[in-house]
Amino acid sequence: MRRTLQAVPLLILISLILFVILHSAPGGGLGPYLQNPHITAADIARLKHNLGYDKPIPVQYVLWLGRVVQGDFGYSMSNSEPVFNAIVERLPATLELMVSSFAIAFLIGVGAGLFAAVRPYSMWDYFITTGAFFGQSMPVFWFALMMQLAFAVHGIPLPGGYQISLPSAGISSSDTFDLGDRAVHLILPAIVLALLQVALYSRFMRSSMLEVIRTDYMRTAWAKGLNFRTVLFKHGLKNALIPLVTVTALNLPGLFGGAIVTETIFAWPGEGRLFFNALGQQDIALMMGYLVFNAFLVVFFNLFADVAYAWLDPRVKYD
Amino acid sequence: MAVSASFDPQLVEDDGFVYSKNTVWKRFRKHRLAMAGAIILLLMVVIAVFAAKLAPYDPNAIDNVHWQGNPLPPCFQDGGQCGGHFLGTDENGRDEVARLIFGARISLTVGVAAVAMELVIGTLLGAIAGYYGGWIDYVVMRITDVFLSIPLLPLLLTLTAIVAASSSKASLGFGVIVVIIGALSWPGVARLVRASYLSLREREYTEAAKALGNGDARIMLRHLLPNAIAPIIVQATLDVASVIVVESTLSFLGFGIQPPTASWGNMLANAESNLEVAWWAAVFPGLCILVTVLAINYIGDGLRDALDPNMR
Repeated sequence: MRRTLQAVPLLILISLILFVILHSAPGGGLGPYLQNPHITAADIARLKHNLGYDKPIPVQYVLWLGRVVQGDFGYSMSNSEPVFNAIVERLPATLELMVSSFAIAFLIGVGAGLFAAVRPYSMWDYFITTGAFFGQSMPVFWFALMMQLAFAVHGIPLPGGYQISLPSAGISSSDTFDLGDRAVHLILPAIVLALLQVALYSRFMRSSMLEVIRTDYMRTAWAKGLNFRTVLFKHGLKNALIPLVTVTALNLPGLFGGAIVTETIFAWPGEGRLFFNALGQQDIALMMGYLVFNAFLVVFFNLFADVAYAWLDPRVKYD
Repeated sequence: MAVSASFDPQLVEDDGFVYSKNTVWKRFRKHRLAMAGAIILLLMVVIAVFAAKLAPYDPNAIDNVHWQGNPLPPCFQDGGQCGGHFLGTDENGRDEVARLIFGARISLTVGVAAVAMELVIGTLLGAIAGYYGGWIDYVVMRITDVFLSIPLLPLLLTLTAIVAASSSKASLGFGVIVVIIGALSWPGVARLVRASYLSLREREYTEAAKALGNGDARIMLRHLLPNAIAPIIVQATLDVASVIVVESTLSFLGFGIQPPTASWGNMLANAESNLEVAWWAAVFPGLCILVTVLAINYIGDGLRDALDPNMR
């Protein structure tokens, strides 16, 4: 409860710092209009006054906060709609991408980490650990380009004259919903976004499992004569998975960053691309909304991870 | 605390484990991949330093003799007319090898400079927070929380976009990128330093240094910092790798190093639209990033093992 209450001032401080950074730009929130030759200086002055951009920044911030509490994040000039609507509209596409990449990463990462931990310092372990290092060092955007080059531009040739050729942009080929088509469009961006997470989960899973295997309760389970699989999965995996809750929450900022790159390259109509387009057009209201929204998610999931951790592992106690 | 007659200033003590620079080097050498990484990085540094001597062409010169509108392919491509450009040219007829060589200079300089800045800010704030504790610690840690809660890449993009819009020339200077990255990536270091200082300030030697009349600044820098340095070195090394990735990502997205200056990231920005005709322009800059970052990450891994055998 105390931790939940601490999150509120943190969020206010985050929004204050972001607000000051964004609104110290010349032109305030009127970037797109300043570039338009049809809008005169008198219009700008009137807009500034009507939108409150002529007030001091602290006053503007308080007014902004007052509106945000009522669900009003301002008006996006690059999308000609309220910021809140723009963000909500793109949420399903981003969720589709993030959830599927997380599912891929979690399955492969946990599997690989477990496999490596069971046979430490074997050839397989070295193979997986090296792979994780590569995944961690790979720039997301370059991996995306290479995937496009391999699967969309050239098409990987398969025996029998088949070729894998995937669409490399957009969420679907047609306006009507077609699950197969959606899946084909999803696969490349999901894999690209999953890579870094696979590396992360396999490394943490390996070290977490190695630690659990050395514990007394594991030795007891083996000593009781339980079979290998039961001990490993029922006693070991269950406990080794707990730290991954924290890893997932800590990785969230990185995931949002990765989504910007992935969505931009694959023309995926999600939050990341929305934000990227807003950048070029100086759409301050939307940038502010996006950053605050993501920071809120990060704070919320960190809090959630702490609570979940204590619930999953009763040995952990928070004051 | 070993204050013996034969006190060796190179001797660093941490949690009762005494080691010298010599043993660290011995342990580091055993980590084969870290050694390989060190050699590759050394090679990259040499390339970056002597870029002007090593580059076969001017990185911004257009080959008007051979280039006729399409990027020239590498010399080893079948039927390729490379016109003396070993890895071909980009879509503007500029030599790939020369641009890659000058790109190394950008990546390494940005990486080292931004991390240096991050270290100064992070160490200073972390040391003050950990050493003094109390409300100072509380304030510094809340600011750290703020910057750890805002996703870094969007924040960097926001700042570079704002700076780009507010400067009269539409280009972002090299120094601006370094300052923005350095000014936003210190929270990790600050937390690390704070944690060390919180425990180090309770040690007897801190007490002794205080009793001898040393000032706070001197104790923090001369007595505590050497004992907190091992994890900082590891973190800084790994951060150089992540800054290189971040810089190339910003440049790729058009908010980092601006053309015509060659950086591995902005070389790939143009390569994206030419993916179908010029695979080489998309492959080699990324390969350079991957190899460099991998090398530095392995060095960091080796340093971690060498500096703190308990952490394995």
